[in-house]
Amino acid sequence: MAAMTREETQALIQEVLEVYPEKAKKDRAKHLAVNDQSIEQSKKCITSNRKSQPGVMTIRGCAYAGSKGVVWGPIKDMIHISHGPVGCGQYSRAGRRNYYVGWTGVNTFGTMNFTSDFQEKDIVFGGDKKLAKIVDEIDQLFPLAKGISVQSECPIGLIGDDIESVSKKKAKEIEKPIIPVRCEGFRGVSQSLGHHIANDSIRDWVLHNRDGDTSFESTPYDVAIIGDYNIGGDAWSSRILLEEMGLRVVAQWSGDGTLSEMELTPKVKLNLIHCYRSMNYISRHMEEKYGIPWMEYNLFGPTKIAESLRAIAERFDDKIKEGAERVIEKYQAQYDAVIAKYRPRLEGKRVMLYVGGLRPRHIIGAYEDLGMEVVGTGYEFAHNDDYDRTIKEMGNATLLYDDVTGYEFEEFVKRVKPDLIGSGIKEKYIFQKMGVPFRQMHSWDYSGPYHGYDGFAIFARDMDMTINNPCWKSMQAPWLKSAADDAAAPVAASA
Amino acid sequence: MPNVMIRRKDDGGLLFYVAKKDMEETIASVETDTADAWGGEVELTDGSRWYIDPISPPPSFPTTLRFKRAEV
Ligand code: SF4
Repeated sequence: MAAMTREETQALIQEVLEVYPEKAKKDRAKHLAVNDQSIEQSKKCITSNRKSQPGVMTIRGCAYAGSKGVVWGPIKDMIHISHGPVGCGQYSRAGRRNYYVGWTGVNTFGTMNFTSDFQEKDIVFGGDKKLAKIVDEIDQLFPLAKGISVQSECPIGLIGDDIESVSKKKAKEIEKPIIPVRCEGFRGVSQSLGHHIANDSIRDWVLHNRDGDTSFESTPYDVAIIGDYNIGGDAWSSRILLEEMGLRVVAQWSGDGTLSEMELTPKVKLNLIHCYRSMNYISRHMEEKYGIPWMEYNLFGPTKIAESLRAIAERFDDKIKEGAERVIEKYQAQYDAVIAKYRPRLEGKRVMLYVGGLRPRHIIGAYEDLGMEVVGTGYEFAHNDDYDRTIKEMGNATLLYDDVTGYEFEEFVKRVKPDLIGSGIKEKYIFQKMGVPFRQMHSWDYSGPYHGYDGFAIFARDMDMTINNPCWKSMQAPWLKSAADDAAAPVAASA
Repeated sequence: MPNVMIRRKDDGGLLFYVAKKDMEETIASVETDTADAWGGEVELTDGSRWYIDPISPPPSFPTTLRFKRAEV
């Protein structure tokens, strides 16, 4: 299918909105837009970070998911208590695939689930005593844990438990930091507020811990990787590039991260932010308090990698600038080979994305390196500053959808007929059953890493094996197939 | 009276960031921007106008300041 014109895209949006009742239609209309690169400020064309409509199927998570799952969870040497009933933590356990090194259950705890398992009596009589007991148990069973965070689930705020005072008291007793996080799921409209709350708790309880301590020897080349959650090893394949160009990575936030790395971050020279949405708050705070500048970067696909490495090097002296060039050159043969191999197989394929807070714009470059085109993109929980950054990355007259509903997404796909969809697990099986190739772009569909040059090779292979998989030609039962069907089926066309 | 964080952009311009609202705008003009004072009415690129009593000596950015909405 040829690219849609602005009018066609607008008409498609109108058509999809048609089924809604008047009020819902008015609201949803604000969240759907046709991209116009000439617009400077996204708020002129799209509304974001608003409460989802009751009755529609949203794909968002909750503040607890943003804090426990995203920001705090990957701090591997701490124990994060999912404080409240057992389900919130158990059903999301290890789902994000934040890789880490260490002995799980001994000195690292990333994939384990710790919960206070609230019962009726805890709701009625309060859970503070239980929390205190859990802290003692943790201290006894896992002596190598460096600290504890208390991640509140919905009931904690509702029954008014005082987790702060318990945390303070117990922290003194066990002589380890205990961080209470008020990230009850009902706060905010999506996981986004959970990121913010988690950032604030790091600011209030962690960051200043070593302010007076000068024992850490810093170098002029110290940087911190912030907002890289090491999904499938992403932070590692990023880190090696930075180190090869001569920088010293002091901290990784929070993929494969540790408490002491976070405490040392105020001593770095530059903060590198991959996921702006979830970690911009703490970066702004460090800029104001410690004078550490921060910058966003993007390590998806060779074009963006080269751009980012050069931009990072700009902040340093010639040694690092040469380093950046050296790294780009060193890997050139490798990524040229990847492009030579996969581009002919993927050229011209059209992609629709719907992911969290960063990838809907960050991955575009990687697809373009493979000759593919992103024809629709949207975020679960972005704010306007994210869309500001997206408009320029997307082609004119492409679709933008914020907090898209299950229904809208399906209708868009039926009409736009992309060759590939990149979204989450909840969307995966629907679209696969519709016969559209699909990649799970939150956890890389059990693959990864996708960051860096090494990641790009894996990314290209994964996209190829999904789009060009022979299974898409077998979507119809053989006895139902007539010769003419082959051409008519929407599936066959895209496979 | 929101708390506003003012920081420098890469191109030297000033950004006006309201954490509570996740609003980030470029500052278009500042009424008083001299060697010994900074403040007064501040206009953003989206057209909105804010006010702060001029501060002297001028603050060093980034910093958090309390702004009022300017009267129209
Ligand atoms: S909304 Fe509340 S109950 Fe649901 S997962 Fe989040 S914290 Fe748990």
